[in-house]
Amino acid sequence: MKKDIILAGVGGQGILSIAAVIDYAALSLGYNVKQAEVHGMSQRGGAVQSHLRISSTRIYSDLIPLMGADLIISVEPLESLRYLPYLQPEGWVFTSRDCFKNISNYPDEDELFQQISQLPNKIAVDAEKLAREAGSVKASNMVMLGVAAPFLGIEIENLKLAIESIFTDKGQKIIDINLRSFDAGLACSREI
Amino acid sequence: MGNLLLLGAEAIARAAIDAGISGIYAYPGTPSTEITSYVQNDPEALQQGIRSNWSANEKTAYEAALGMSFVGKRAMVCMKHVGLNVAADAFINSAITGVNGGLVLVVADDPSMHSSQNEQDSRFFGKFAMIPVLEPANQQEAYDAVFHGFELSEKFQLPVMLRVTTRLSHSRSGIIRKAALHQKNLALPVDPMQFMLLPAYARKYYHQLIEIQSDLEEASEASPFNQLQINKPGSTGVLACGLAYNYLMENISEKLSDYNILKIAQYPLPRKLVEKLFKNSSKVLILEEGYPLYEELLRGFLPNEKSIPIEGRLDHVVSREGELNPDNVAMALGIKKNTTAGKEMVLTSRPPSLCQGCSHHDVFDALNAALADVENSQVFADIGCYTLGALPPYNAVNTCVDMGASITMAKGAADGGFRPAVAVIGDSTFTHSGMTGLLDAVNDGSPITLIISDNSTTAMTGGQNSSGTGKLKEICLGIGVEEAHIRMLEPLGKNHDYNMQVLREEFAYDGVSVIIAQRECIQTQLRRKKTEKKDEPLVRNCKH
Repeated sequence: MKKDIILAGVGGQGILSIAAVIDYAALSLGYNVKQAEVHGMSQRGGAVQSHLRISSTRIYSDLIPLMGADLIISVEPLESLRYLPYLQPEGWVFTSRDCFKNISNYPDEDELFQQISQLPNKIAVDAEKLAREAGSVKASNMVMLGVAAPFLGIEIENLKLAIESIFTDKGQKIIDINLRSFDAGLACSREI
Repeated sequence: MGNLLLLGAEAIARAAIDAGISGIYAYPGTPSTEITSYVQNDPEALQQGIRSNWSANEKTAYEAALGMSFVGKRAMVCMKHVGLNVAADAFINSAITGVNGGLVLVVADDPSMHSSQNEQDSRFFGKFAMIPVLEPANQQEAYDAVFHGFELSEKFQLPVMLRVTTRLSHSRSGIIRKAALHQKNLALPVDPMQFMLLPAYARKYYHQLIEIQSDLEEASEASPFNQLQINKPGSTGVLACGLAYNYLMENISEKLSDYNILKIAQYPLPRKLVEKLFKNSSKVLILEEGYPLYEELLRGFLPNEKSIPIEGRLDHVVSREGELNPDNVAMALGIKKNTTAGKEMVLTSRPPSLCQGCSHHDVFDALNAALADVENSQVFADIGCYTLGALPPYNAVNTCVDMGASITMAKGAADGGFRPAVAVIGDSTFTHSGMTGLLDAVNDGSPITLIISDNSTTAMTGGQNSSGTGKLKEICLGIGVEEAHIRMLEPLGKNHDYNMQVLREEFAYDGVSVIIAQRECIQTQLRRKKTEKKDEPLVRNCKH
């Protein structure tokens, strides 16, 4: 068992919560985990990424080598393309279709989605819409986790238990919204 | 697998609590901030009464930690690499006095400058001060190094530096804890003159520091943190310092038998181990996360024909600048060609930007409007979120050098005849290193207009308490700024015209003006309101 995952988004979009859930599930299964994060200046509305590595054997580097990642999970479509040099040729890209336009020169949406559609292995979903239907637009990160879930090498049940644990301080209502969002994402993935 | 998933920074904090510190001192700075915030939020630390509030700057932090060591307690002091420049006076001299209770200085360097203005390598400072330096390769080793650091510090009666970098500080991994130790009892230094650096004493202590160097080297030779593996005499040797070891192993863990490896995590550099590596290798690749400090030393100044070939950053086998990663180390080992060539994506970049609703927006709007008619206007700025005012759409500020430099550079420019000499600084940076510069300006009557963009927090690093909150006007009055030229503004769109007018009036004044533009950081405001909401029912219960 070895998965190298790049998480991508814009500061404040909740990619570290996705990481926290996967970390928790992986640790509970006895896997080794390393997860490099971005703190500080870049968090102010800038592009952020996290290198998440899970393995049944010892992990040395905190960073994933170029062309080494199995998956890219992105909460924003432009950001899903930023780390492609890290993806294996056969790797998968899971991205939200919700553009976060806090820059004046944001690319043309049609061209952007055209580029994404040309990737060999990808799933792009309307994560915010699904999250809103599940109870809160804030849970679009859990939609994206749900989309990627069948590719993580971790049982769905373990991921759900991890969501319950990670959000336990926030109360049952928040847990349920996040679980419903996760399920909505998972359903998109299973349709394909 | 460990039982705790912690950032490298948090692993250091956890270890400090477990190693029985009585206090931790720090000024926030990426990538070191999370060490102190972890202690501040840890229930065990709270229960044990471990002192952990933020200090005004790195120098005050270092001196307070030294004072705690003076009375026999264990203390930790944390800062980012450039913070050590601020604390350097205290740091270098503490190597001469030595310590009483164990003192560990954690310095977090930022190679590749993710959130910094340079990538200086703190190991130089450690070598300069002639003290032991620990440079752990991973999170568990960082945890263990704190215990080891306190033991070394107390054994040799010296401060010990624990050097980490961004990648270790901000990466999580599983940690196994050790049994926690109790805090130390009060115990004054045995020699009452130990901390008295009058020249006559200082000469003696400096001599002792030089004498003890061979013992420090012996400790490095025997340290479990330094490991030599001669796998195949005559093959390539690699000297891997700190984090570099991870990238090395990422590439060669399956062909170990082809390489000789010296893993270094404790300095001074162990001479005998290095000699053995060189004797058994046909060439040696030196991997250092930072400057080529030891590479330069091992190459020597003049060409040495007898030496086996040395590779590293100086001959560009490894890039001369920036952090190491699995790919540039693979290339240095000759395992991988440049895989990025031709694969670079041309993507719109998304640089950091000020948050929507941030008070700095309104400050820059008013400032730009007030300077619109001034030809060649220049604004001296400082370090914080407002440094982003240098980028579009504002292009409002022209300098960012070091903490507090806005005020003193504006003063120098004013002294040279430049008008209007405008400085922009944040509240936390002002109390960190701006107040003394303002005193210089007042004493000289230098015509500067200082704008303190006061969001009442240390915002850039995540909203830590700012030591001058609510006291800025009184501080400026105390320093001697005339009350008529301390102007209070509320940076909001609706006050734009008034704020611009006030700025223009003060630009025209031929003396020191301070404009305090106060509005709470929207991020801390949001967090404060959330906490208040959470606490509401509790407050109500108390009333019943």
